[in-house]
Amino acid sequence: MTALNSYRSGPDERGHFGKFGGRFVAETLMPLILDLEKHYTAAKADPSFKAEMDYFFKDYVGRPSPLYYAEPLSKHLGGAKIYFKREELNHTGAHKINNCIGQILLAKRMGKTRIIAETGAGQHGVATATVAARFGLPCVVYMGEVDIARQQPNVFRMKLLGAEVRSVVSGSRTLKDAMNEAMRDWVTNVHDTFYIIGTVAGPHPYPQLVRDFQSVIGEETRAQIMEKEGRLPDSLVACIGGGSNAMGLFHPFLDDKDVAIQAVEAAGDGIDTDKHAASLARGVPGVLHGNRTFLLQDADGQITEAHSISAGLDYPGIGPEHAWLHDVGRVQYVSATDKEALEAFQLCSRLEGIIPALESAHALAHVMRVAPKLPKDHIMVVCLSGRGDKDIYTVANALGVQL
Amino acid sequence: MSRIEKRFADLKAEGRAGLVTFITAGDPDHETCARILSGLPAAGADVIELGVPFTDPMADGPSIQAANLRALGNGASLRRTLDLVRDFRKSDNATPIVLMGYFNPISAYASASGGVDGFLADAKTAGVDGLIVVDLPPEEDDELCLPAIKAGVNFIRLATPTTDDARLPAVLANTSGFLYYVSIAGITGAAAPDSNAVAAAVARIKRHTDLPVGVGFGIRDGKRAAEIARVADAAVVGSALVERVAEAQAKGLDPAAHLLALVRELGDAVRAARR
Repeated sequence: MTALNSYRSGPDERGHFGKFGGRFVAETLMPLILDLEKHYTAAKADPSFKAEMDYFFKDYVGRPSPLYYAEPLSKHLGGAKIYFKREELNHTGAHKINNCIGQILLAKRMGKTRIIAETGAGQHGVATATVAARFGLPCVVYMGEVDIARQQPNVFRMKLLGAEVRSVVSGSRTLKDAMNEAMRDWVTNVHDTFYIIGTVAGPHPYPQLVRDFQSVIGEETRAQIMEKEGRLPDSLVACIGGGSNAMGLFHPFLDDKDVAIQAVEAAGDGIDTDKHAASLARGVPGVLHGNRTFLLQDADGQITEAHSISAGLDYPGIGPEHAWLHDVGRVQYVSATDKEALEAFQLCSRLEGIIPALESAHALAHVMRVAPKLPKDHIMVVCLSGRGDKDIYTVANALGVQL
Repeated sequence: MSRIEKRFADLKAEGRAGLVTFITAGDPDHETCARILSGLPAAGADVIELGVPFTDPMADGPSIQAANLRALGNGASLRRTLDLVRDFRKSDNATPIVLMGYFNPISAYASASGGVDGFLADAKTAGVDGLIVVDLPPEEDDELCLPAIKAGVNFIRLATPTTDDARLPAVLANTSGFLYYVSIAGITGAAAPDSNAVAAAVARIKRHTDLPVGVGFGIRDGKRAAEIARVADAAVVGSALVERVAEAQAKGLDPAAHLLALVRELGDAVRAARR
């Protein structure tokens, strides 16, 4: 990487963000990855691709999503002026659909006739099943057995949408294992299958293209805050598992040096326990799922299990561009525990009448910590990446309530 | 000449194909694996692939995934894998050993040993002759492949049905020892293609290289091994062997004896194939 005139110029032609990223895949997949890159480059240069994206974003997803001034929460915390970027109002209830629209349009351009995906919380699975239904393609979603148990509403949603949900019983039976199984399917059906990866991870060009498809979040936010406040925000906050909603919000602001940026990892029981999903706080660089990034692993390079009350953050790695932004210090990576997220989940529901996803509640937990200490003219935008309906069973269980 | 090159030269002189056997290091436990390893050459293995256990073997089917978990459950690691090789070399200085696995355990070992050169030096000293790293395609050659060549360790690449003529030269460029042709697009343990398709693929590869070509995926018995041995320089067997470990454990048999019995069948078949 050359001198940092810009934080937005990555990846290089080999898919590297600094020392992170790359294309660590089996030979069977390599020709396909190169083909995908070729098609994506062509699509980006084709105005009809953008026109198609815009059409589906507007009339199918319901974009632009509102930028909402969370007045009750701001007043309650007594500090910063807090805005929610309301990705939870998108069709399917989360930011995941943005990326799925982009990828299925690419799949169509490449002539692929079968869709696969991995999912943790089920939001990406639902979004993938949704676009597969819309475009008439068969869809298989891999989901860990543990996640299936804690995300029943989304499992049923996917089935209603016509997708086949395959339970993954290997390893920790969560998101990373679902990703392993999806890659095994992909290797086996490489000729006709498009793998819609749900986050800014995986082999190049996935981290880049998922980021590009999610950047609509930040681009809209920029225009909306200019309209409402006449200036850029002072800070941005988003939760981070693989990191796609965070990257989507952050990327258009990376070169605005006066905008402070904070991403919130899942600390589970606490980052000093052995039950968390804080890949940056407690991981070390390694290679998994096609890219070099920070990973939770032991001294022998064996991947250790992540833990979070939020299935969508329960992943032992993180997107390579985040690993790089952490390394160069442009984004500050912090964490919130299960307990803090649960408190934020309830507070947001009561004060704002918005039930946030447990994932997004991690971002809100950080907001609750820092906003009271900030001046009233500090403008903070937090990404409300998903809605929390899917989480009511998990939350009820954590609160000792029988549904 | 490396042990691998010497072995394939000898096989050529004998006018037969070789048998490459894959087992997972430390499966089901260190001691039993050491017995399996030491019994492989006499049972008919010409080259040994030793799988380095990893929690997330993305290109492997259920049999080898299970083998990885058995081994890890009993304390296996890359470090212990090198111990196995070192012990094996005390009594066998001719049979080539190729470590096969994923990059992350090697990367972690390297971090603790002053970089990949530290790992390569330790591997070579232990008696390792070659490496197959599933998730290091030619695009990532500077990670390990180029340092391995410099250290005198063969880097064996996989070619697959998706590796077309345009890409094959890139795959072959820094490959040494032999080329491993994965005969189907799929994970280990999957069904096999027919011999004609394999023969055509091997012929296609041979137009691009003089390297020996080993063929694997879907070889489960002597009959199938013999078919492959007629059209390739070596038949590679993995899943069927590690399944013998699970089967022996389930039936209360000795895993080493049960596995080596299959190696004998495969070895005899490969040796008789071209007669």
